[in-house]
Amino acid sequence: MPVTANEHGLPGHLVDFVAALRTHGVSVGPGETVDAAEVLGALDLLRREELREGLAAALLRRSGQREVFDALFELYWPAALGAGSGQVHVPRIEGEDPDTPDGPVDVDALREILADLLRDGDTDALRALARAVVDALGQAGASGTGIRGSSAQPSWSAYQALRVISPETLLASIMNGLRQPDDSDFTDEMRRREIRDRIAQFRKMVTDEVRRRTAEQRGREQVAKTAVPKQAEQVEFLSAYAEQLTLLRRTVHPLARRLAARLAVRRKHAKRGTLDMRRTLRRSMSTGGVPMKPAYRKRRPGRPELVILCDVSGSVAGFSHFTLLLVQALREQFSKVRVFAFVEKTDEVTHLFEPGAELSGVMQRVLREADLTAFDGHSDYGGALGSFAEFYGEAITSKSSVLILGDARTNYRDPNLAVLRRLISQARHAHWLNPEPRRQWGSGDSAALRYADVMPMHECRTAGQLADVVEALLPV
Amino acid sequence: MNAIQPPLFGSVDEVTERLAAVGYLANTAVATTVYLADRLGKPLLVEGPAGVGKTELAKAVAQATDAGLVRLQCYEGIDEARALYEWNHAKQLLRITAGQGHESWDATRDDVFSEEFLLPRPLLTAIRRDEPTVLLIDEMDKADVEVEGLLLEVLSDYQVSIPEMGTVTATRKPFALLTSNSTRELSEALKRRCLFLHLDFPDADLERRIVLSRVPELTEKLTDALVRTVRVLRAMELRKAPSVAETIDWGRTLLALGMDTLDDDAVRATLGVVLKHQSDQVKATAELHLN
Repeated sequence: MPVTANEHGLPGHLVDFVAALRTHGVSVGPGETVDAAEVLGALDLLRREELREGLAAALLRRSGQREVFDALFELYWPAALGAGSGQVHVPRIEGEDPDTPDGPVDVDALREILADLLRDGDTDALRALARAVVDALGQAGASGTGIRGSSAQPSWSAYQALRVISPETLLASIMNGLRQPDDSDFTDEMRRREIRDRIAQFRKMVTDEVRRRTAEQRGREQVAKTAVPKQAEQVEFLSAYAEQLTLLRRTVHPLARRLAARLAVRRKHAKRGTLDMRRTLRRSMSTGGVPMKPAYRKRRPGRPELVILCDVSGSVAGFSHFTLLLVQALREQFSKVRVFAFVEKTDEVTHLFEPGAELSGVMQRVLREADLTAFDGHSDYGGALGSFAEFYGEAITSKSSVLILGDARTNYRDPNLAVLRRLISQARHAHWLNPEPRRQWGSGDSAALRYADVMPMHECRTAGQLADVVEALLPV
Repeated sequence: MNAIQPPLFGSVDEVTERLAAVGYLANTAVATTVYLADRLGKPLLVEGPAGVGKTELAKAVAQATDAGLVRLQCYEGIDEARALYEWNHAKQLLRITAGQGHESWDATRDDVFSEEFLLPRPLLTAIRRDEPTVLLIDEMDKADVEVEGLLLEVLSDYQVSIPEMGTVTATRKPFALLTSNSTRELSEALKRRCLFLHLDFPDADLERRIVLSRVPELTEKLTDALVRTVRVLRAMELRKAPSVAETIDWGRTLLALGMDTLDDDAVRATLGVVLKHQSDQVKATAELHLN
């Protein structure tokens, strides 16, 4: 079994754990490691939850790091080895051969047990069941049919386990079981949400358990490398799935507030302008030509204007969604923000981003209400830039900063560089944020490199990168 | 500094018990970090959404340990003179005028920069106290970055340097607790000196117990319905998720209105108690089929 004790004992193990945290982007300094060691000394190591919280208190510095921490904690300080002693037994179909009690798993009976537990919401029992299910299905072979693969090694897969049980499909039957004749829509909806929540919990339990068992078999370093979730800020926009996007959306507001706070600081520091020679000399007249009090130029607190052009086609959905939300949160920093969305044509969507508007539904409204397509609904940067120049060209003035968001994949159509060049020459600043990795720019139908010749283009794959870019860019 | 300062708590369980005795129900995370902060002698940085009981925690610790609570409320523009100490200029002037003519300058100078003319502010007060003390630095994120620098000396060495008088060192380490709503990132230097606790909304069971302990007149059944509804509301993406304080308010409201079940009508009528934004109310009403 690859899970072996560290040769340096407990301190060595702690250092390994800290190293794993570092590889996942949680910056832990030696000082924190020493704190964690003190925590180990002060706590009763047999009480696992206290140990978890204690280590978290010493090692973490931000709430977004907790998920990574929890996943790694499960790997490095597992609650049990092997299947553990569960009180829940997985029902099996009686085999013809009475010598092997481990017949195929009786999926229907199993689903019934799960349905009962989900209805009652007994978290501990659910966790025990997740453990038993993963064990039984892993031992029994891929699909729970009892046929083992060619290797005698059991294999654990969250995907397969969840597909066999498919807990989502239980929702309707549980709801039916609970329904009473005089229930209102409200009670119904409440119940549905609660049960959906519990199903999501169960899924997570199965995933965690699979991660733990696999770690025992293949070594925790291996699993830590691949199966531990990323911090929200490091998730790539283009490959994020629904759950991560929700998480990302939650990080938008703190992120925007952080940016806003930093911008405010920078503005405060830049309060004093350069020396005003003319006024200084004139003032010196009253003191006999000796410049006692120098006069400074006053900075005009002119708040910058922002024009945003955003590709909202399917290929960059995750990215544009997130960015627009960030833009909305940043609105209060700018005197004037105008937001335009485009696919084949460009249309103004500023009115959808009023302060206080419902954040999560904005994207659907953009796609539904704005006039964005002409022929086939594939993005056409040339056409979009053309229609923007034609209808909204006056939006760009010498005071405005232009931000273009998109992957610059034009489907082999004309990139219309001439129009872009003209638009940019009118603006004060112009920047392009591209969610694709730099090495893919210019490949296939991407016109990224050609656009990059015209205006500065920044790689912007994760929320962290986006924050850096925006902070560096925003004119103050 | 007194090296053998006895710890306030003997075990994590004891923390839970003693906090519960003064009406603060703590989960494992809270109890463990409070225990560790005391044991390791480090300040505790508590971060989390508004209304989860960050400030309450400091008050509860003070009450449970019979310590005095010294509170520094941070705000934008708070400075040394408000946080650490200040010289009482008016009194100093008076003293100089009174001594004029029959006292040498050296004597006067030494005298006006003495204890008598010092106005201690919360941080210095907490350091100088001989009795057990809980130092609460509230809403740290509201203060400017410069104030963090000021805190570093206080929080790591528990001492304050006054150029005219010398260094004041704590005779007894206060239990320091900082809170933050994370409207901005605190500096790494400050965070490194603290234990970190992210205080989130409590789980269903704990919240039920909290509500029942605060509003004992509520029936179990109604409390259960309340907590369940609030949790569903929190799972929605709202501009401001309802906090524990609002759950308690909601319970009181229902009690005052004499409602004993939380059905559609009751929720519709009292939703304003938990959701304070118009857009949130509209959204919740639509998603929960209340109209």
